[in-house]
Amino acid sequence: MSYINKPKFKHPQMQANDIGLTRREYEGTLTTLCGGCGHDSISAAIIQAAADMSLEPHRVAKISGIGCSSKIPSYFLSKAHGFNSVHGRMPSVATGANIANKELYYIGISGDGDSASIGLGQFCHIVRRRINMLYIVANNGTYGLTKGQLSATADLGSKTKSGEESQFDNIDMATLAIELGASFVARSFSGDKKQLIPLIQAGLTHKGFAFIDVISPCVTFNNTDFSTHGYKNTWENHVALSGVDFVPMREEITTSYAPGKEKEITLHDGSVVHLHKTGNNYDPTDKENALHHINEHKKQGKIATGLLYINQSTSDLHELQETVDKPLNSLSNQELCPGSEALNDINNTFR
Amino acid sequence: MKPTDISDPNYFHKVVDCQWACPAHTPVPEYIRLIAEKRYTDAYMINWHSNVFPGILGRTCDRPCEPACRRGRVEEEPVAICRLKRVAADYKSDIADHLPQIPKEKNGRHIALIGGGPASLTVARDLMPLGYEITLFEKDKLSGGAMRTQIPRFRLPGEVLDEELNYILQMGVNCRFGEEITSMRAILDEGYDAIFVGTGAPLGKWLDLPGHEEAKDNIHTGIEWLASVAFEHISSIGKNVLVLGGGNTAMDCCRTSKRIGGEQVSVVVRSGFDEMKASPWEIEDAMNEDIPILNFHVPKRYITENGKLVAMEFEKVRKEIDADGKRRLVPTGEEPAILACDDVLCAIGQENSFPWIERDLGIEFDQWEVPVLNKTTFQSTHEKVFFGGDAALGPDNIITAVAHGHDAAVSIHMLCEKQDISKRPNPLTNLSSQKMGIHQWSYDNDISADFRFAVPHADKQETLNDINIEVELGFDEQLAFNETMRCLNCDVQTVFTDKLCIECDACVDICPTDCISFTQNQDEPDLRKNLLAPAENEEQDLYVSDKLLTGRIMAKNEDLCLHCGLCAERCPTNAWDMHKYLFNTAKAENACQS
Repeated sequence: MSYINKPKFKHPQMQANDIGLTRREYEGTLTTLCGGCGHDSISAAIIQAAADMSLEPHRVAKISGIGCSSKIPSYFLSKAHGFNSVHGRMPSVATGANIANKELYYIGISGDGDSASIGLGQFCHIVRRRINMLYIVANNGTYGLTKGQLSATADLGSKTKSGEESQFDNIDMATLAIELGASFVARSFSGDKKQLIPLIQAGLTHKGFAFIDVISPCVTFNNTDFSTHGYKNTWENHVALSGVDFVPMREEITTSYAPGKEKEITLHDGSVVHLHKTGNNYDPTDKENALHHINEHKKQGKIATGLLYINQSTSDLHELQETVDKPLNSLSNQELCPGSEALNDINNTFR
Repeated sequence: MKPTDISDPNYFHKVVDCQWACPAHTPVPEYIRLIAEKRYTDAYMINWHSNVFPGILGRTCDRPCEPACRRGRVEEEPVAICRLKRVAADYKSDIADHLPQIPKEKNGRHIALIGGGPASLTVARDLMPLGYEITLFEKDKLSGGAMRTQIPRFRLPGEVLDEELNYILQMGVNCRFGEEITSMRAILDEGYDAIFVGTGAPLGKWLDLPGHEEAKDNIHTGIEWLASVAFEHISSIGKNVLVLGGGNTAMDCCRTSKRIGGEQVSVVVRSGFDEMKASPWEIEDAMNEDIPILNFHVPKRYITENGKLVAMEFEKVRKEIDADGKRRLVPTGEEPAILACDDVLCAIGQENSFPWIERDLGIEFDQWEVPVLNKTTFQSTHEKVFFGGDAALGPDNIITAVAHGHDAAVSIHMLCEKQDISKRPNPLTNLSSQKMGIHQWSYDNDISADFRFAVPHADKQETLNDINIEVELGFDEQLAFNETMRCLNCDVQTVFTDKLCIECDACVDICPTDCISFTQNQDEPDLRKNLLAPAENEEQDLYVSDKLLTGRIMAKNEDLCLHCGLCAERCPTNAWDMHKYLFNTAKAENACQS
């Protein structure tokens, strides 16, 4: 870790966003992760995304589990709410928080150990339950905090720094999320912020469960030439299924693309995701097609990235459960305790 | 863009804005760090080698370094470089052991220096340690030139001046003071191996207006009047004084007047206040002494009564920009201003003057009577005659004169060694990593966010009553330390090794001022627009790498880099490292080494 704090001086031309904050005001404390860790780029991408969207930091809740990945929330949006929870149990805490206050933006940060091993069950259920949140897995294919053992997302044949080869097939978190009914699934790479930032913005805006699997190399324990999660392999083999741009709802859409060259997806609040074609005619609204593309790329040793799948017609948990409109903390005594007559009415429905 | 060639000695030199702007290229951040460590003597010697007069310049320099200071681009105000230099001089210990040894056995060459100001003394300083015999001619009875005659003692105490002049004179310079040279031919006939002319720009300009003849006893030229005050030939002035002109000499004239009898002292300038040539801090000091500055007043005539000056008439004007964008002063049509005065000081400029150089000696002069020179070697059209300081290129400042002196000394040494003086010796450079531990550097990268500290002043009334009391007290040690912590250490360079880079973005993410981008290579104008933050200051370079693994390049905008070293701290592969770049111009002792 570094010994000094990041100097407060900033680029003199740095602009404030719509709510008067510059990007620097979305930062957190100085990172204590290894220099070069992909996770720091994820923090930087979240900071940029939140600043560009003019998110009010106090309207964001960041929740994590245990692991290098789960330290990330310290390093962005220091004015947001945060909960560094138990190993693999971030989904439970996020679910609870989301039930209690549906009006916040929820960013869950987890890692491949936290979500694909100890927390795999929790992960499956939060996808099933359609919590309206952005769930990011910082995926480095290794247990970095315990010095580099193979994790459940390590690809078959990939080797640890000490040479141990993975004998098992990997758990593909993106495929799993699609299968389990996630309505927004993307994959990206910490080194490619041009792609990652709009995906984070789209994921935060998407109503429903949004999942981004971010290949985030462990520079200390899993960045060798024979690791499939290192910088070199990821730079060489990640293939964007389509280019992504995010246009927030309040902005006028000024860019125009040649017809047929791009696809627009309008999110529920009016924001638009632009997908530029990159050769193949990829349709992210077709589940089968998405799974097919991911697997085809994998067979060739490639990593399919970008917005893999989106479905805007599903309802989130609050809609399904018909929960109260307001955050629970804003309910009045009268609403919480409507009196004996109301109780009698309820009881009568069971008679 | 092509990859940056960091082996070019000027590349990293330019990044050290203060040193690049200094005519003598003093290694500023290096001595500021030494002051922070209380190594005042070492800090002083770094200055002494570069600019020869640290104590004098620490009080009087025009400070071209400060407007250049990077701190002024990321914050409000530059580091108080000049006054930190004074700190080194104020708190140093005896430097006798640090001064160069002067060979007892001379090398048989004899050089004449004409004029005892900063340029000549610098030549003496550089050549004496090499065994030269040097004779210094000075028309006044004391050396120092403009440093003695044009800078009042309340800005530069006599003992500070004498101390630094003596370091050089005591090397064994033959001093022929009080001897005005009237013929260059005679000097040439004395058979010197080279002659250096550092006679300054000794001729003050007059303002010849109606009434001048009658009033001339009370009209003085600024520099000559200041010299007379310095040599105590003049010790009083009338109660009402008008100082004409807006340069530093005018500021010294008005403040001096205030101390020797002037009660109503005003500065009057033709153009606007913001167009004045004086340094902002000198204007501020004059205004702090309650001296009004009247702008847009064009002098028209001297008004006399009974053969004595009583007032001056001024036409009031305003500034207009005409269609060609040219600024003009247009009369406002108001009544002329009549300002009462007992004395007028004309500080409207000064000129070179070489009536003593015969024009048939092969020393050519141009149409403005300025010697024709090679601006690198300072050699005139006569092989053995060199010029420096104000005498060479017209009125400038002390630090420029010092720089000329160093260059002329190199030329003289090379000439005497029968070398081609146009082939200048290379600067002395050193680039070395500052890494001490995983995240530890040999320099303090935790820079202070404090604003510039003000130098304490002596009691105003007391200083106005005595011309010899120095106004500025200088920083005390604690203030000096606090000010040193504002220095960004721009000489500690970010050095990038493209082969080591894995494009993890760690440096991009940590950089506080968004200096670093990884992008597709483009032509410079496009690249400047398409960086993470646009690089609009074209005076500052882009540091561009060769192609990286992904085909992109690293482009760093040098403009706003804080040299905090965080890019190198976060870099997992040492592709970034912090290297200290020491740059010293070659002096005479470094020439003729091969």
